[in-house]
Amino acid sequence: MKPSSRNAPTGTGIGLSKSAPGLTETALGLTESRSAGGRILKALTYLLVLVLFAGPLLALLVSAFSRVKDPTQLSVIPSGATLDNFRVAFDQGVLAYLLNSFFVVGFGLLLQVAVSVLAGYALARKVFPGMTLALVAILATLMLPEEILALPLSLILADLPVVHFNLIGTLAGMIVPLGAWGFSILVMTEFMKDVPKELEEAARIDGAGDLRIFAQIILPMCRPALGVIGVFGFTMIWDQYLLPLLVATDSSSYTLPLALRTLRIDPDVTPGVVLAASLLALLPSVIVFLFFQRSFVHGLSSGALKG
Amino acid sequence: MSLDQVRPAPPPGQRATRSAGRPAGGAAAERRSRGRRSGRWWTPWLFLAPALLLFLYFKFIPMAHALTMSFQEVRPYLGNRWVGTDNYATVLGSEGFREAAWHTVVLAAGQTAGSLLLGLALALLMEGQGRRLGFVRSAAFLPVVVPVAVVAELWRIMYHPTGDGMVNSLLGVVGFGPSGFINDPDSSLVSLMVTGIWRGAPYDMMIFLAGLASVDRGLYEAAKVDGASRGQRVWHVTVPGLRSVFSILFILAAIRGLRVFTEVFLLTNGGPDGSTEVVMTLIYKLGLEQNRLGVGAAGAVLLFVTTLVLTIAVHLVRRRESK
Repeated sequence: MKPSSRNAPTGTGIGLSKSAPGLTETALGLTESRSAGGRILKALTYLLVLVLFAGPLLALLVSAFSRVKDPTQLSVIPSGATLDNFRVAFDQGVLAYLLNSFFVVGFGLLLQVAVSVLAGYALARKVFPGMTLALVAILATLMLPEEILALPLSLILADLPVVHFNLIGTLAGMIVPLGAWGFSILVMTEFMKDVPKELEEAARIDGAGDLRIFAQIILPMCRPALGVIGVFGFTMIWDQYLLPLLVATDSSSYTLPLALRTLRIDPDVTPGVVLAASLLALLPSVIVFLFFQRSFVHGLSSGALKG
Repeated sequence: MSLDQVRPAPPPGQRATRSAGRPAGGAAAERRSRGRRSGRWWTPWLFLAPALLLFLYFKFIPMAHALTMSFQEVRPYLGNRWVGTDNYATVLGSEGFREAAWHTVVLAAGQTAGSLLLGLALALLMEGQGRRLGFVRSAAFLPVVVPVAVVAELWRIMYHPTGDGMVNSLLGVVGFGPSGFINDPDSSLVSLMVTGIWRGAPYDMMIFLAGLASVDRGLYEAAKVDGASRGQRVWHVTVPGLRSVFSILFILAAIRGLRVFTEVFLLTNGGPDGSTEVVMTLIYKLGLEQNRLGVGAAGAVLLFVTTLVLTIAVHLVRRRESK
């Protein structure tokens, strides 16, 4: 849980980029309080925040490694470290569910990023008739979340129009519907707009076509944006529940989040095992968040504040 | 909505200019027009094709499907039958749906307000620089990145209804009796709300922090010179500066709240006694467990219209305010 400190002196953990001297005034002015009372109050506040928000997750972490036979034994105090929970979880096929989840997030993210950069290139670097219509269509999809489309989506996945594939019961059915995401496309578009026109001009004079300009000029300049859509895409796909629920038919196509419920319902499985599986289900997205915090915070603030 | 409808005719004279080879001059006007000349008219559409195709298949066709189904009685193998607005009448007339709609609104309103207030409080408390502060902020943000399914399973265990359950034993320390939480119809909806706020407040905190960073520092100085108290400074300088953040977070949270599914499905699945049945869990049961797809679709369309109206209303209010 060590926040990266590459961006020293101020950028540890989730830091705000504004750090010019004299401009560090805050709304409450808490950071300036130097008195002993103020500092104790501050420390207590931080402690309370930690207990409230990280406490439950700490309990999950500790209990996953403890003998938790019933729900009352959930605790933040370690007691008798054991790997039994994980052993039972693996006996229950958790490894297969985890691999399913990785498969879905891997290919899903690959598809999503590819689709987003391609669409972003057209919207940011081209002026063409019908562009507004395309943009409106993409914005409209943001108003159509999976939840609202759940029922027709399950029918369509069972029999794709025109091509007549049945994706029910396959991992592909959990991947393809997430291939295009309005948020990623809009982030890419905004970022690609800022790549200087001159670079593209020069390449075009040298005879480069659109594909080369896209792959060799625009794309390499977009690393920060790729980080943003990568991190957001990962957590978005990893967090999916309803879509896998619609698609999965039996445990062979379960993702790990889906399997948690099955584990809990099984009377032979203790809460400790459910917590061990939960730990495996939350670690990937927490790790991604901790490693790419800056992309995360950047995307969060720019994406939301623009709306 | 096929691609052909939006495909424009090639602009006249394009072919001629394309074959003209490399332009000789470097005049600004020529440079500007080169973007249009390079490549064929359909090149942008080729780049957009994967996105539009996927959206067509998994957003627009399903939406059209939902709309048609909502006016039909869906009968597998027999062919669907048009029933006019019967499905809507069924949905709106059913006690179950009205109750679910009410629960959804209460849950969404509670979560939205709770997350906004707590998020703002957290942001104000944790604004500023420093290693330790950054660490606390990161830790507080963790619930946002934890998958919903994990949040639900964890809180299910924490909400254990006996006196020695985790939350109950903490409540016991401050002298409150054990609560049934999600197992008691009186407290189930509030329990879901608390879980939702636990995951929603840190998200709002992060957006508020970004908003706080853009509040004009000079105004703080001015407020100090004018002898404003800390409270006055927050109320008169900070809060007005965060107005647009408020409305964005309100829309996001309200829409998220209205289409809530996974938390409810996993924590209570509408129980106990239907006390937490929300629109989405009801639609799921109608459509996928009872196979009443037409009625379920009508419910989904109503939910969609509600979120649409809400979004437009907030935008209109914002526009009027900014004038």
